[in-house]
Amino acid sequence: MTRLLTCKQFLQELNDYLDDTLDPKLKSELQKHVNECPNCWVVCDTTQKTLKVFKGMEPKPIPEHVQTKLMQALERRLKDKGCGGGKIDV
Amino acid sequence: MTPLVSTSTTVTPGFDESALVARAKAGDAAAFSELVSHYDRRVFRMAKQITQNDEDAEDVLQETFLKAFTHLDNFQGNSKFYTWLVRIAVNEALMKLRKRRSDRTVPLDEPIDTGEDEMVREIAVWDENPEDSYSREELAEILDQAIQSLKPAYRTVFILRDIEELSIEETAEALGLSISAVKSRLLRARLQLREKLTRLFKRKGDDAFAYL
Repeated sequence: MTRLLTCKQFLQELNDYLDDTLDPKLKSELQKHVNECPNCWVVCDTTQKTLKVFKGMEPKPIPEHVQTKLMQALERRLKDKGCGGGKIDV
Repeated sequence: MTPLVSTSTTVTPGFDESALVARAKAGDAAAFSELVSHYDRRVFRMAKQITQNDEDAEDVLQETFLKAFTHLDNFQGNSKFYTWLVRIAVNEALMKLRKRRSDRTVPLDEPIDTGEDEMVREIAVWDENPEDSYSREELAEILDQAIQSLKPAYRTVFILRDIEELSIEETAEALGLSISAVKSRLLRARLQLREKLTRLFKRKGDDAFAYL
């Protein structure tokens, strides 16, 4: 007979559950809990979706003047390093 | 419900990180420049998210790539190049943050209160694809604000683990924290962000327990 987890215990393991790093026995206990507890199902589902939304965000392009400054600094360092004054193009 | 398996970093066709690193180490400036142009947006975004200051983020971006370039010979290839780059960037960003905040706020390793009973207040299912109701810019703004509302101690852990996709161990190492500290901060960060997004994305017309 598997023991029943409380919602608090479920929440404590939520990270490892979402990252899928649990041992199979604990994972199946959590799966059982989440399938039977509507509140934890919602928390788990919306946390999963939260991570998905953040992971799906592409970074914005860098402002042109910032990129120009970066490339100029790298070119100076390149010369200092004795790489023969190579040009960095991006 | 099945667990979400962490997705790997976006793969660009034709981008071979280890080959570029090897060429850059051999003195090929074009190869290093390709690495810069592949990762500069992400480094800049991370720097802005941690420092919350444009000027600091510009400095962090520049210092990160200059240091990477100068110390490229020290990169042993035990981790991915990007993970190494993130470690440099996070150090630079935290230095900036500490400098700015040294007089007036708590350090990053402040003890965290564990008010676990406050962790979950808003329980509601989301709309189908709620992000589709917003333009890219609006959504970016929402996510930025949500991240910025986190305490620095939570924010940094979330950025490294869930946005830059470092492992728990790599995050702990980069921040000088224990694994258990990373895990507890990450849980708080994830749940707080979930809470904030739920307020915006929950299915309209539902009360909190309508799914029961």
